[in-house]
Amino acid sequence: MNTRDRAVSANSDALQCPLPSRKNDLIVLGHGSGGRLTAELVRTVFLPALSNPILDRLDDSAEMSVGGSRLAFTTDSFVVSPLRFPGGDIGSLAVNGTINDLAVAGAQPLGLSAAFILEEGFPIAELRQVMQSMREASRAAEVPVIAADTKVVERGKADGLFITTSGIGVIPGNLELGPERAQAGDAVLVSGPVGDHGIAVMSAREGLEFEATLVSDCAPLHGLVSAMIDSGSVIRCMRDATRGGVATILNELAKSSGVEIVIDESVVPVRDAVRAACEILGLEPLYVACEGRLVAIVDEAHADRILAAMRRHPLGADACRIGRVTRRGEPRVALRTAFGPTRLLDILAGDQLPRIC
Amino acid sequence: MKFVDEFRDAVAARALLDRIRATVTKPWTIMEVCGGQTHTILRYGLDQLLPREITLVHGPGCPVCVTPIEMIDLAIDLSRRPGITLCSFGDMLRVPGSSCDLFDARAAGADVRVVYSPLDALELARREPSREVVFFAVGFETTAPTTAMAVFHASRLNLPNFSVIAAHVRVPPAIEAIVSSDNNRVQGFLAAGHVCAVMGLEEYRPLVEKFKVPIVVTGFEPLDLLQGVAMCAAQLEAGRAELENQYVRSVRTEGNLSARSLMAKIFTTVDRRWRGLDVLPKSALALTDRYAAYDAIRRFDLVHEAAIEPVECRAGEVLRGRLKPPQCPAFGRVCTPEHPLGAPMVSAEGACAAYFHAGRLSTAAMEAK
Repeated sequence: MNTRDRAVSANSDALQCPLPSRKNDLIVLGHGSGGRLTAELVRTVFLPALSNPILDRLDDSAEMSVGGSRLAFTTDSFVVSPLRFPGGDIGSLAVNGTINDLAVAGAQPLGLSAAFILEEGFPIAELRQVMQSMREASRAAEVPVIAADTKVVERGKADGLFITTSGIGVIPGNLELGPERAQAGDAVLVSGPVGDHGIAVMSAREGLEFEATLVSDCAPLHGLVSAMIDSGSVIRCMRDATRGGVATILNELAKSSGVEIVIDESVVPVRDAVRAACEILGLEPLYVACEGRLVAIVDEAHADRILAAMRRHPLGADACRIGRVTRRGEPRVALRTAFGPTRLLDILAGDQLPRIC
Repeated sequence: MKFVDEFRDAVAARALLDRIRATVTKPWTIMEVCGGQTHTILRYGLDQLLPREITLVHGPGCPVCVTPIEMIDLAIDLSRRPGITLCSFGDMLRVPGSSCDLFDARAAGADVRVVYSPLDALELARREPSREVVFFAVGFETTAPTTAMAVFHASRLNLPNFSVIAAHVRVPPAIEAIVSSDNNRVQGFLAAGHVCAVMGLEEYRPLVEKFKVPIVVTGFEPLDLLQGVAMCAAQLEAGRAELENQYVRSVRTEGNLSARSLMAKIFTTVDRRWRGLDVLPKSALALTDRYAAYDAIRRFDLVHEAAIEPVECRAGEVLRGRLKPPQCPAFGRVCTPEHPLGAPMVSAEGACAAYFHAGRLSTAAMEAK
């Protein structure tokens, strides 16, 4: 034991632990996780500068009235790495991601814009592939790309290709949806198994191999949403469970509505391959991103009818009820475990990190 | 999922809980050593299901949490030097050092990368010969063999640009420190099954004999933990103090002999300070002189600078099982996962983070208990 160690040891009952330095003078990756750090950045940097009644709602899409029509408008950037993954690529993601932000606002998408930031040296053949994929996604969804822009930055100033898409859509005149509308007694539905996209991308990125190939759930949800709306049922609100997964969006909805939501862990649909990957990596499937799944909070009296309508649609075939809104009060999301006890399902600070052992 | 679901069966859990209830007649305090076990306990709410006589306290078995701050500072300092690529596990990057964490260092320009295995860092060194690739190796005996393997391969390949900061630690000295401390209240231990899968059982026998304390080597699934508690409680009630193995499906008496022999070749045991637990004799692993070339501390002349350790964070008491995280005045108020005061609030295996994420609903019930 050296002198310094002895000094420390004499003081060992002083209960040492470091004071943190987290003033966040610089952007860290966690600011892009969709969790608490993102919310902090929005609250302390973006909203003070840009605040207005529409933006302040922080919905997936902004809603505006123009000449008696209700328009939905949204924008999203795509920086996925690797550019291609099982079940999609940055192109299909950029199309479907923005369509879905419109869809969960209840809007029928009219068209998209796409802006491309290309890194010097990026292979044009690869860009062609991405464009082919965008074209197929756009055709399948029947939503055209109606405006576009291109910029090129020096090598090293971007990671190959970034895409930003914006979208505009029309909301049916009588539709009332909003994150503040959840009520005690409502049912919480999910349109299919959770976590496919996040794990598919992570496997492609890290070269993890599983027995069954995992495919991203990347898909446009406006058709499914139309089917839900056409069932004539009362839908309170919807979100697509992207960054931060189902757990994060449920927390957002609980907060907007001022309600407690309880999820039943044993009925949340998770594919075996996703569960296995999450077990290995120490991740929680409810926090893993989806790109073709939505969560809906609906009037319990209409839940069965909506579920039936969802299940008739190919993208909602595995839709199910995962929980309910239990009461008005302190906003929080709880998870009833298979063993009975309930635990908090909180918003994470940043990204989920793979564990050590 | 095969071989997982069987150990999460709610019906079997109820049977084990009945057995525990039928066994206990008086209060017992049992420590689960490993952070992974703490995580399972809170994730499944096992602490809420156990009879009130059983108090579980959480041990020091979160490698991120016990890594001393000066070691983190040293890694951060090294990461800022030109030509260095510092790799570690994801958890480690968010643990605050004296002035910042490794994510901050990365944001400020350091080349810091997350890897899943030391062998990934080795591969990086092969692919990028112009970089000095340093693996910041944390973890108990569970992860030490992979670090040993990486060093062994680096040596065989004569790889000049790979080295490790070895911050590996051993479980038995920590159990000894806890059980021999003056105000110890732990009466039985659930030892970390994965550590024993590598090291075997024998090094725990002297602890059982010397301190007359039951040690049950226990797994990580909810049924493992309930069975471990049942076995430990049965010993305590009967006045026995024995070494038992609940985790027989993974742990052999002799452990993993090839892993142990490789570790013996690469590592030597040294004294080291643990965060919250003082300097523990022979508690850590450092590279032997034969592999000194792969020791980043020697290669880059790194010096442990004394770190400032203020008193707001009571992680020391948490890690010694004297304080439950919600009992800390800072918990959830000034200390949260986005602004952690100490490492146990950072890592998924840290007791404070486990309570913050999973345990807040049950806190009131627990305090009443």
